[in-house]
Amino acid sequence: MSAPGNEIDGNVGDPRGAHGHPGDGGIAHASLKGYLTGFVLAAILTVVPFWLVMGHVIDDAAIASAIILGLAAVQIVVHVVYFLHMDTASEHGWNMLALIFTAVLVTIVLGASIWVMYTENANMMPMASQALHHAMGR
Amino acid sequence: MTPHRSAFLHFLLGRLTLSAIPYDNPIIVWTFVVVAALGAALLATITYHRLWGHLWREWFTSIDHKRIGIMYLVLAIVMLLRGFADAVMMRTQQAIAFGGDLGYLPPHHYDQIFTAHGSIMIFFVAMPLIVGLMNYVMPMQIGARDVAFPFLNNFSFWMTVAGAVLFMLSLFIGDFARTGWLGYPPVSELRQSPGVGVDYYIWGLQIAGVGTLLSGINMVVTILKMRAPGMTLMRMPVFTWAALCSNALIVAAFPILTAALALLALDRYVGTHFFTSSLGGNVMMYINLIWIWGHPEVYILILPMFGVYSEVVATFSGKRLFGYSSMVYATVAIMILSYLVWLHHFFTMGSGADVNSFFALTTMIISIPTGVKIFNWLFTMYRGRVRYDVPMLWTIGFLFTFTIGGMTGVMLSVAPADFMLHNSLFVVAHFHNVIIGGVVFGAFAAINYWFPKAFGFRLDPFWGKVSFWFWLIGFWVAFTPLYVLGLMGVTRRLSHFTDPRLQIWFQIAAVGSVLIFLGILAFLVQVYVSIRRRDALRDATGDPWNGRTLEWSTSSPPPAYNFAFTPLVHDRDAWTDMKRRGFVRPASGFQPIHLPKNTGAGVVLGALSLFCGFGLVWHIWWLAGAAFVGIIAVAIGNSFDTHRDRHVPAEEVDRVEREYRRRLAAQASAP
Repeated sequence: MSAPGNEIDGNVGDPRGAHGHPGDGGIAHASLKGYLTGFVLAAILTVVPFWLVMGHVIDDAAIASAIILGLAAVQIVVHVVYFLHMDTASEHGWNMLALIFTAVLVTIVLGASIWVMYTENANMMPMASQALHHAMGR
Repeated sequence: MTPHRSAFLHFLLGRLTLSAIPYDNPIIVWTFVVVAALGAALLATITYHRLWGHLWREWFTSIDHKRIGIMYLVLAIVMLLRGFADAVMMRTQQAIAFGGDLGYLPPHHYDQIFTAHGSIMIFFVAMPLIVGLMNYVMPMQIGARDVAFPFLNNFSFWMTVAGAVLFMLSLFIGDFARTGWLGYPPVSELRQSPGVGVDYYIWGLQIAGVGTLLSGINMVVTILKMRAPGMTLMRMPVFTWAALCSNALIVAAFPILTAALALLALDRYVGTHFFTSSLGGNVMMYINLIWIWGHPEVYILILPMFGVYSEVVATFSGKRLFGYSSMVYATVAIMILSYLVWLHHFFTMGSGADVNSFFALTTMIISIPTGVKIFNWLFTMYRGRVRYDVPMLWTIGFLFTFTIGGMTGVMLSVAPADFMLHNSLFVVAHFHNVIIGGVVFGAFAAINYWFPKAFGFRLDPFWGKVSFWFWLIGFWVAFTPLYVLGLMGVTRRLSHFTDPRLQIWFQIAAVGSVLIFLGILAFLVQVYVSIRRRDALRDATGDPWNGRTLEWSTSSPPPAYNFAFTPLVHDRDAWTDMKRRGFVRPASGFQPIHLPKNTGAGVVLGALSLFCGFGLVWHIWWLAGAAFVGIIAVAIGNSFDTHRDRHVPAEEVDRVEREYRRRLAAQASAP
């Protein structure tokens, strides 16, 4: 925006506010090593669930699903850390704060929606939920 | 669609036929005649005064946050007139349609009117009001020269306009949704609403939603990255804090609306069954999703207005805001809690006692930070030298009106009581009480407060007071009867009644709507009179109210670059602090100022989006496809435009600042 020293009372203030220069704690730096690490981890985390499904490794579908969902969660963390370069220091911690805010809201929205829809289904659709139990119990 | 239609014509026009033009409906024809006449008169005036070039160069293509803010407010006021016309039609219908008299509106027309009223008032009046105010005021409050992404700002505005135009087109080409303002399925599904109404609703909101979301991102980044040196978070003006929280909510909530409407569009366009009861769909999921957006939305609207009241109360009491920190924490608490209450909009859907209790409690809890704010404003006024100028009148009117609206809200939060009051006129009275009493009163306070900043002269106080009193009294006359009727069990959205004992209440409400109409008229007169008397109302200082925040440290209207020097902030209420230290306006040392250049790309993208939306509504696939390709092409092409910078030369800055100092000196030496 303005040249340094263009402030109104002559003091040169912290430049991060008005000028948008990334100073300390600015954008996290990317490195080839980081990208390769991320790539290898992401590849492993993709191949393992694929193998679990295609190779029929685990008989119990519920346990297999749980493992796959768990690996998916790890996959998200890998992407966020290695590709989106999220750490606690970047952008003066604003990135981390934004991530926490997002995580809280997503948890609320998903968790409460499942709760709400489940109870509505249980209360208002007794026949359907019985049928569902039968279907799941086989 | 006539079977005789040729395949070519069908390709060319989709399902658009001559019968889509409602020329057989006298109400719409006369509306069209009046709108066309007024529009033609406006266009002729602009042409006569050769203003097109000026409007295009200085306004439509402007990426100055101040001009974009003013354009948002103009859009909001124009759409307010449309939304209010709908309100008057409803009040008239309900006042006369008793017993044998069916009124003058057939049900299918009445249903369109209440849908249009609700969605226009929220999306194209209240939203442009708050976005416009935040655009105009916030960058100056933090000592910035523009927002973080100035072009994006212009683009966001034109997307909002495109959505509004699509809504308005539905009045004269085809019809509008008859579903209520949130478009609940199953009635908004293809089977129950095969026409174009719901499609107008979906695409109008999707297009405007892009603008709202991008503007939210823009403002969050602006507040976090572009504050003047020394302005820590806890030194930000409360309006800026409120804007930060409101925009964080926009960024978090609007994607949910987009997703819900996209799923509804898939149901209607490609035959999915997300929200039909057949084939595994679930109607409740739409209602759940739309309210996860819908409840934060009401806080998106009210938080910036809480900021306005905070600025106005502090300025007109001549004191620091009482309890700044508690105000900030209350705002943040409301931001988080607003995500935990949405189910109170559908207590009656059968989630059971545990779910209902949870959401009832969170709803009661959210009234606590709001109550904290009310007390903060009262304590700011306590022992202050309160000046009863027009912005302060609106604020006191708000304190009185909004508190009662809040209390009826707490009544509704009691789930068993809600089972009695759900879908009744009590709910209608409650949300008008908080939205008119909170958002609309706040907008008028803000317009009266910042108008001299934007145009260099104050708004006429006499007509401002006339407008205020008509609005305040009109509001209570119009909505107290609805509280009474709601407690008697009268449901909302009815176009005809059988019980003649109810009629007197609806007639009183209709009188109230006439009083509000006079309030709106008085506001328009106020603007007109003020322009005529602008020399008597002129303010040369740039600080007519003895303001406390940085926007009052500039001239009125501010130069394009806002601040010749970036201010250094040492305290809350930075401008009060500067005045106290005997701030002297610098007379030398000016440097060239880097600003972005105007561009027409936003207008073009908005227009293409409008064509795309129109094509989708009428199934004119070639038009929708071509417009969509055009949007992508223009967006990519625009990103290669590297000639976006201009510099205001130091001599120009020097000249502007010298002229301002001359006016200040002239004002100071005048008696």
